[in-house]
Amino acid sequence: MSGIWVALEERNGKIGRISWEAVAAGLKLGAQLGLPVSAVLPGAQTEALAAEAATKGVAKVVRMEHALLGAYTADAFTIAFQQFIAAEKPDYLIFPHSYQVRDYAPALAARLGQVLIGDVTAIGDGPVFLRQLMQGRLSGEYRHAGGGTCFVSVQSGAFRADQTQAGAAATVETFSPTIDAAQIRTKPGEPFRGSAQTVDLGSAQFIVSVGRGIKEAENLPVVQELAAALGAELAASRPICDNGWLPIERQVGSSGQTVAPKLYLAVGISGAIQHLVGMKGSQCVVAINKDADAPIFEVADYGIVGDLFEVVPALTEAIKAAKQ
Amino acid sequence: MKIVLAIKQVPERDAQVHIAADAKGIDERELQWALNESDAYALEEALQLKEKHGGEVVVVSAGPERVGSTIREALAKGADRGIHIEADDLGQRDALGVAQLLAAAIKSESPDLTLTGLQSDDLGYGQTGVILAELLGLPHASLILHVEKTEQGLTVKRELEEGWFQTIELPLPAALTIQSGGNKLRYATLMGIKKAKTKEVRRVTAQELGATSERVVTLERISIPQKQRSTQILSGSPKEAAAALAEKLKFEARVL
Repeated sequence: MSGIWVALEERNGKIGRISWEAVAAGLKLGAQLGLPVSAVLPGAQTEALAAEAATKGVAKVVRMEHALLGAYTADAFTIAFQQFIAAEKPDYLIFPHSYQVRDYAPALAARLGQVLIGDVTAIGDGPVFLRQLMQGRLSGEYRHAGGGTCFVSVQSGAFRADQTQAGAAATVETFSPTIDAAQIRTKPGEPFRGSAQTVDLGSAQFIVSVGRGIKEAENLPVVQELAAALGAELAASRPICDNGWLPIERQVGSSGQTVAPKLYLAVGISGAIQHLVGMKGSQCVVAINKDADAPIFEVADYGIVGDLFEVVPALTEAIKAAKQ
Repeated sequence: MKIVLAIKQVPERDAQVHIAADAKGIDERELQWALNESDAYALEEALQLKEKHGGEVVVVSAGPERVGSTIREALAKGADRGIHIEADDLGQRDALGVAQLLAAAIKSESPDLTLTGLQSDDLGYGQTGVILAELLGLPHASLILHVEKTEQGLTVKRELEEGWFQTIELPLPAALTIQSGGNKLRYATLMGIKKAKTKEVRRVTAQELGATSERVVTLERISIPQKQRSTQILSGSPKEAAAALAEKLKFEARVL
């Protein structure tokens, strides 16, 4: 067994923050267990990115390189990682919990008789891996019970990427998996944007965001008036955009935009993790919800438990008064 | 096209959930149950494909007696028949263990297309469909919003992060996990509900399927999550709470 390995993900020619967060999780686990931490980077042209990864405090970086790993397919990635695991026998293989990882890591684990412990938010003694249940209302502690490699993916934002201390450059090696084009059963197209982006929520200072609690599209003026009083952009959680009540470009969360305004006011949003990852970097979070147990209150600085149809109009008036 | 759809019964969205005495599950007494949200979208996709191309839609679900009502709900919306995998020990199985049960039931059906929702609203593993593809030896794609049948197989629209999408072509047979929001959901009609009562639901036990429940990953303990920020809850009448909040935002958080 060869300690802890972190699988890095290349996106648009870069290794994103979520991969460095996975490295931070790996280093934390490594310190806890006294195991070496290395990184593996799949791709078709990984030389420059591997050199960058080598400065992130890991013992070794392996470029898992093959022309067929350039454009992601579940088949090529699963085959390549299977060979890598057979060669290196990691104790732990840690992934960022990206959409790409969600597409192949469960199949990879299953192929080896393992189960991915996915979307992990913290690592405790044991080690136990914490992940959310019931849309964030509860937290579960998971343990790897069998032998073999333990597969873990970590939630975006759960570990601090800036805690990977820059060290001396680690050694970089190359691993060449054997992949035949005939083994790849799916044909991926180029990524494209859904619609022209005309709203940049990312640079908004004030955001009023609305969720299922609004009940019907006809009720939206209640929050629109609050947004107007604050000079805020209106945003929404996924169900509102799924229903077509607001355009998808106003969606905040893992499948929408990531925002970090001065004030984020969540109205009738329960706070499922897919939403929270898009807004938890906000400076000040306010939640208005009828359910006192809603997970949104866990990330809120201020909260009002009550009927939004009573609270929001009152707040609109109070804000107008306070701004005079 | 023959479509098999794996669906899950989960606690209703607004249900108050309580942790069970052994802290390894939730207290199921007095809970209301519903069809998992992304599974409802997978069902809608299956029904639309059937309406366009003909064929059959079979729903399969694992769980205790209560799961029967969710299977009937899918039949009322238009699925042709159901398979109920009777299992009281799902809590003792990990994601692979549950997928093995479903795979064993699906295999004998030899469908052209195997569908699941993207993830469950209770445990939220988001893995069952992808593991099923692996166990059944099928090509797959996940987070799918739209499915089109072509001469060669399928063309699907996959959701990527931050507002990006991708088109993927797959041969049949294949497996897909369906993301919420791709279609508008239908309601069961009165006629549909009536018809559902006569549709076949085959019951099969986990034992008959020969899937063991040995776990590689265990859920040790469930707890209430720790707060990430200390929240000040402002109480009083709506007017009082709103005034107090405006005051806090102006003078304490200084964001107004």
